[in-house]
Amino acid sequence: MADIAFLLLIFFLVTTTMDVDTGISRKLPEKQDPNIEPPKLKEKNVFVVTVNRNNDILVNGDTYMQVTELRERVIKFIDNGAGLGNSIDGAEPAECTWCEGEKDPNSSDHPNKAIISLESDRGTSYGTYIAVQNELVGAYSVLRNRLSNKLYGRSFDELAKESDKDPKNESLKAKVEDIKKKYPQIISEAEPFK
Amino acid sequence: MPGISTASLPDIVFMLLFFFMVSTVMRETELKIKLKLPFATEVQKLERKSLVSYIYVGKVGDQTGDKIQLNDRIADVSDVKYFVFAERESHPEDEVPLLTTSIKADIESSVGTITDIKEELRNVDALKINYSTRKGDIQGNLKK
Repeated sequence: MADIAFLLLIFFLVTTTMDVDTGISRKLPEKQDPNIEPPKLKEKNVFVVTVNRNNDILVNGDTYMQVTELRERVIKFIDNGAGLGNSIDGAEPAECTWCEGEKDPNSSDHPNKAIISLESDRGTSYGTYIAVQNELVGAYSVLRNRLSNKLYGRSFDELAKESDKDPKNESLKAKVEDIKKKYPQIISEAEPFK
Repeated sequence: MPGISTASLPDIVFMLLFFFMVSTVMRETELKIKLKLPFATEVQKLERKSLVSYIYVGKVGDQTGDKIQLNDRIADVSDVKYFVFAERESHPEDEVPLLTTSIKADIESSVGTITDIKEELRNVDALKINYSTRKGDIQGNLKK
């Protein structure tokens, strides 16, 4: 008896794959009508990251950078808060009161105006592309966690996880949404240059 | 001193057997491409696997250029939309907006191929995507 069970056990042991799928989730922009002009953006509100075919990273068209330096620069850019943001829920445009940045007038106005544009070449390696994406998402999660720790004494990751487990808890959900609204993830993946 | 009684051995083995039988997921598609996922630290778990469809990108054997694998065969970029339609067909209507496409691309594939796929997905309004990654240090992504 035990022999047969062992045999079956070994079969299932060998065939089992217990991989959990993980990844970076992203929502693609909807297809735009080509006749509609894209909205004009102030240059200071856009942080352009360009990755060329040699996998070099160029920021705002003038500074070469290592992947490891990227996160800090992005955080500085998003968290700058020099001016008024877009109106939230129909309220008057207001300053970013939760930002801790330098309020440099030459950098972004408000987290909900700050746009990160990721340009890449067709020949860029996927590994580098993901590394850059990872740093961009990482910058946002650092900021969200910081804000969440300050407001609710817990990290945003924890809040989001708990809210996922308990979808009926409205106050928790409101907290998560609030933080998401205060640091919205605006990453634009431009079409690569040919 | 008497030896350890092995009378309960079958019970233990059966228990393990049932555990593995229940937790086993048989691999549905056979990979034809070489796949080494890139690393990332800011990863999220993909919930509800039944709503996720996979597009694989990588090299076949020693051939140059990236190939796209849908289900069990190598396909062209233009087939992606039919793949999405088929995927929608097989789910009830209320689940269609929740469908996610997971792009499992090799670490060495080029961004151009991925962009072509993303463009196709945008054309058919399959906007929820996920770049599949392994958890790990991003330094592993960079070529030495």
